[in-house]
Amino acid sequence: MELLSSLGDGFAVALTWQNLGLALLGCFLGTIMGALPGLGPSNGVAILIPLAFSLGLGATPALILLTSVYYGAMYGGRISSILLNIPGDEPAMMTCLDGYPMAQKGMAGEALAISGIASFVGSFLATWGLILLAPQLVKIALLFGPAEYFALFALAFMTLGGVSSTNQAKSAFAAALGLGLAMIGVDTQTGVPRFTFGEVHLYDGLDFLVAIVGLFALSEVFIFLEERHGAADAAGRKLTVGRLTPPAAMVKECTPTMLRSSFLGFLAGVLPGAGASLGSFISYSMEKRLVDRKGTFGKGDPRGVAAPEAGNNAAAGGALVPMLALGVPGSGTTAVLLAVLLSLNITPGPLLFANNPDVVWGLIAALFIANFMLLAMNIPMVGIFTRVLMIPPRILMPVVAMVSFVGIYGISGSSFDLLVMIGFGIMGWGLRKFDVPLVPIILGTLLGNAMENNLRRAITIDNGNWFTLIDSPLSIALWAIAILGFLLPVFVGRMVKMRMRQRGDAEGSVID
Amino acid sequence: MAFKAIRTALAVVGFGLVGTMAAAQENPECIAPANPGGGWDFTCRQVGKSLQDLGMIDKTMQVVNLAGGGGGVAYAEVVNKRNDSNDLIVAASSATATRLAQGAYPGNTMDQVRWVASVGADYGMIAVAANSPINTLPELLDMIKNDPASVSVAGGSAVGGWDHLKVLIAANAYGIDDVRTVKYVAFDGGGEAVTQLLAGSVQAFTGDISEAKGFVDSGDIKVIAVLAPERLEGEFNKFPTAKEQGVDALGANWRGFYAPKGMSDDAYNMWVEKIGKLYASPEWKETMAANGMAPLDLQGAAFEAFVAESVAQIQSISKEIGIIK
Repeated sequence: MELLSSLGDGFAVALTWQNLGLALLGCFLGTIMGALPGLGPSNGVAILIPLAFSLGLGATPALILLTSVYYGAMYGGRISSILLNIPGDEPAMMTCLDGYPMAQKGMAGEALAISGIASFVGSFLATWGLILLAPQLVKIALLFGPAEYFALFALAFMTLGGVSSTNQAKSAFAAALGLGLAMIGVDTQTGVPRFTFGEVHLYDGLDFLVAIVGLFALSEVFIFLEERHGAADAAGRKLTVGRLTPPAAMVKECTPTMLRSSFLGFLAGVLPGAGASLGSFISYSMEKRLVDRKGTFGKGDPRGVAAPEAGNNAAAGGALVPMLALGVPGSGTTAVLLAVLLSLNITPGPLLFANNPDVVWGLIAALFIANFMLLAMNIPMVGIFTRVLMIPPRILMPVVAMVSFVGIYGISGSSFDLLVMIGFGIMGWGLRKFDVPLVPIILGTLLGNAMENNLRRAITIDNGNWFTLIDSPLSIALWAIAILGFLLPVFVGRMVKMRMRQRGDAEGSVID
Repeated sequence: MAFKAIRTALAVVGFGLVGTMAAAQENPECIAPANPGGGWDFTCRQVGKSLQDLGMIDKTMQVVNLAGGGGGVAYAEVVNKRNDSNDLIVAASSATATRLAQGAYPGNTMDQVRWVASVGADYGMIAVAANSPINTLPELLDMIKNDPASVSVAGGSAVGGWDHLKVLIAANAYGIDDVRTVKYVAFDGGGEAVTQLLAGSVQAFTGDISEAKGFVDSGDIKVIAVLAPERLEGEFNKFPTAKEQGVDALGANWRGFYAPKGMSDDAYNMWVEKIGKLYASPEWKETMAANGMAPLDLQGAAFEAFVAESVAQIQSISKEIGIIK
């Protein structure tokens, strides 16, 4: 009851015209920033900090504006993934896998709507999780030492087979390439620069946003340039948009997926070393393992859109738990929010709930408000977004190229990053020709560093004893899941194939 | 709005590039040489906000995040491209001095910019978990001395970085000759390192007071030594210094700003004066108190001399422990 009255106080704080207006503004801007390739939630929030300061906003209104942008960007990221096969930000990468095929099948409207609903379910449940479980969840975060984090990342990589339905060897190659790229930069465990060739821009490693925009957006532009533009206009783009609301059967089919993915995503968000990208990735690959009996994932299965979207939005909510309760950011965006809290003279940490209840509960109420606003805003806006598909590629592609360049330069202000982006674009173009999936490359770059560092931390702490990696029940459990996830599809997949062959099922040959 | 913000940011950068001769601080800009969310970003944003609140600048300070190379990208950018900008200051800290001292900004030295002023210091501290049997700094250092493998010290900076150096300074002062045996584990930022201390993965934490304030308040961690010349003011007064425990070790992570070398003297003096005034204001005192920052009141030439001295000190420690030759 105490909880409800605190929440009631929170709504009393949040429900002023000014705060509602800020939430609306934040949701709208966030959605747009999320949808633009290159501008993700963390940059979106950073860009609006000066606005919050120059409007002279107090702590609660400023946080309401910025968290609305955060949630909005998490919603918006899916739009360009589905419509253009270009992820708007890192966590939306997994949404490309089924979202784009759905759009190509003429189901763009359904894909956008179902992913909007999944986003809502994910963040709605995560916000409740934040309210009910924040203090207990902190204890979960404390169970994860370096060895456990390493096992978690190993789990992510071992279930990588779930990502692409094409050649497994090619996914493994792509992941290895990503891991290799992650090695670039100063090695924190020794302080020695690796593969930087004396170039100071490479000391901090490659920025994965630059890599994503290059690999996905620019390579798309290059492919388009290579084809005859006239032909592309005539042949492609006979796409229908589909209905703008998902049929009830689809929602029903996706509901268990959304619930499971919200849970997994939320957990990933709570762990400071994991984050939203890992959340959406694990949600997708687990869901594929669990329910993909017909091999439709990766070919436009609505559940393949619902899983990562519920997962990454739940992770966004989950990441607020360590930020508020520990003062430790669980993602890039929460690091920015944390800095804002500090500059508003609020010290996050174990005492935040006791010392600044108005800020915490006002923020939580604002999260609910933003969430409903985003749902209300996103479903009708589906119709507008899908118009993008009507734009002929000869106009759309130059716009994509321009937005990519401006976006990347806008974040870092460095022309070096533009060169790196072009390099990635060319690499993406080449790899697409060989049919190598691009997602594992990004996963490798995104998670490789954290994985390596945690391995080396664990080994250093235990003086070179490798058995430390399987020293706790939690890490043993994670390894068990990882090994099962790796081996099961090998055997089960073979059995399924054999059975299909026996039946002489022509469609069975489609698998692999 | 987003576009407007970017456009303004780009415009500011553009203006700077052509080296406009407009009056100083027309478009005040602060480069934070890291991604949003870190200490440098905080320094820029907090100082920008306070200057505006106090009415010392008319426009909002534009904070440009120019990450890369541990501040090296921003340093090179200022030296090579923004050398005559009058509107620009750049956030710096002990980490900047450390990297300059260790030659980690290839080809750059501290005399290629003008050092403006400090806005405070964050004294280093060494802490253990609340339930740890260790209660004093000598106890911890004895354990390290007898069996270096038994104690893992976590910190938020890379090996050779400031958090690492602080613990080595203390170990050195205690008479541990081969400080390279001290087991240091680098994490991504102080927050993650403290979390691992609470989780029991490591035995000790080295960082800045402000990084761990939340946990100190809640009683989750025990500060066994503050690396300050004397006890801090206010609520941090209860923590003993290393010095009073017989370990003569000091470690201050100062925060401040540098400006382009080619900045006009008028503009330089104006920045020095403004930040000096800000430092003296009661509002800034409050900000410092809330963030556990200790006084460090240096402007202009005095600050320049201070930075030079700290670069020299870090150089000699780094040589001693073999990080540089």
